[in-house]
Amino acid sequence: MSRPTEIADVRRGRLALRSGVLIYAAVLVVLPLGALVQHGLVDGLAGLWRAATAPVAAQAILLTLWTATLMAVVNAFMGTLTAWALVRYEFTGRGLLSALVDLPFAIPTLVTGVMLVILLGPQSPLGGWLTALGVPVIFAPLAIVVALLFITVPFVVRAVEPVLLEQDPAEEEAARTLGAGTWTVFWRVLLPPLLPAILSGTIRSFARALGELGSVIVVSGNIPYRTLTAPIHIFGEIESGQPGGAAAVSVVLLALALLLAFAARGIERISGVHHA
Amino acid sequence: MPKRARTRHLNIPQRAIVLAVAAYLGLLLVLPLGAMGVRALAEGPGTLLASLAQREALEGLLLTLIVAAICVVFNGIFGIAGALVLTRHRFLGRRVLDALVDLPLAVSPVMTGLAFLLIFGRGGWLASSLDLLGLKVTFAVPGLILATLFVTFPFTLREVAYVLEELGTDEDQAATTLGASPWQTFWLVTLPNIRFGLGYGIVLTLARALGEFGAVLVVGGAISGRTQTATTFIYNALEERQEPAAYSMALVLALVSVALLVAIEWLKRRRGRE
Repeated sequence: MSRPTEIADVRRGRLALRSGVLIYAAVLVVLPLGALVQHGLVDGLAGLWRAATAPVAAQAILLTLWTATLMAVVNAFMGTLTAWALVRYEFTGRGLLSALVDLPFAIPTLVTGVMLVILLGPQSPLGGWLTALGVPVIFAPLAIVVALLFITVPFVVRAVEPVLLEQDPAEEEAARTLGAGTWTVFWRVLLPPLLPAILSGTIRSFARALGELGSVIVVSGNIPYRTLTAPIHIFGEIESGQPGGAAAVSVVLLALALLLAFAARGIERISGVHHA
Repeated sequence: MPKRARTRHLNIPQRAIVLAVAAYLGLLLVLPLGAMGVRALAEGPGTLLASLAQREALEGLLLTLIVAAICVVFNGIFGIAGALVLTRHRFLGRRVLDALVDLPLAVSPVMTGLAFLLIFGRGGWLASSLDLLGLKVTFAVPGLILATLFVTFPFTLREVAYVLEELGTDEDQAATTLGASPWQTFWLVTLPNIRFGLGYGIVLTLARALGEFGAVLVVGGAISGRTQTATTFIYNALEERQEPAAYSMALVLALVSVALLVAIEWLKRRRGRE
């Protein structure tokens, strides 16, 4: 038995493990993204700007941004409310409701799109009724917002829940004892510690929405200048044999998504929130 | 820290909150699911089974299952290895690896597909070397596998790393001190400790791999009998106005998702208890 050889073996083993992981990550993640960025930047930043500001592309990016913003606002509010109800209240069906929150992570996004078309499409009773009311959903921008809301349900809920669970009831009691009313307690004691989690969850849902394809491609009708989102525009460019233009718009969207992920990470690190 | 007890007897505003949340999730999530169930079964289970028994549908499902299984194995092994490296090794570039792991989550599936096209497709970075070897990646099964591996890369790694972080290294060190080799320590101590986190990561990988659409559509081209998966089968059926076929397959995938959801909730509870 020679201890030094054993230690050397263990060291070599650790080095092999680490190298294996780094090579795998480099080949699987860095290589493809490198290719994407290189092709997107073939004509330099000017080319990037040209591709992103071409009328169809610019409209698609704009549509993606405003539908995602609308989704994010609703999500921030409903997500917080959902987390609140799940953590603070006991009621029948609480476990089921909590499980339901994870459904969008389990269901394929394309299937989400199919479900929404069946429910809200012109042939369905609900869709027919909505059209008669003058608010057609399917093949209109509203359908994009609904689809994005569906796929991003878990983000804010799962970010806020742990923070709510760890809130110290003593703070709330102290505020009440000192004579604060329900609203004062909510605004001054309960809400402030939740804000970083709400913000990071909302940013992550927004970033997710920027790239969504499966659910949107089925419900939006993909009408250029009206319901064509940025990812579907990229898809169209690829289909029509223009991978260069597709890569340029991709790089713009990717930069934005990375910036958002970076911001969410920063917020989580500073406030000690653990992201789901 | 004192854990707050959940309020049991809700007053009117509290009930209103619960009702609002239940109504929101019910309308947004359950209603569409129910509508699809009703619609897919509208022409009777016979039509449903007949459209699923088509060769194309079965081939699509089988291909999806194969790709998903490969992703579970590869990303399972590299997920455990990566999590160990990330939580227990200190080296230059650890932060970079940490950031790399989350990268696929920020990339749209279309871009994933495009990125692999740009490497392996016509005129791509590695196209000429592939031609020399006689290999085909794009519009072929290897492309589907690579794209799905990329998309599902973070899940197992993140979940296992999370458990390892909570666990610390005490038990592993005890085993080593008692004379266990690194392999023995891994099989007898580490692996049993991370099993629910690993299971959770695998279920998330499976869910994502079975449902991946954009990346496999772009890189594979959804060619019937060759690169058509379960999701791209639905897409093609919709394009060809074959709604019954599309709805039947969508229902199958939805049922699988519900089963996976049950597994997710169970594993979450088990993981939480450890």
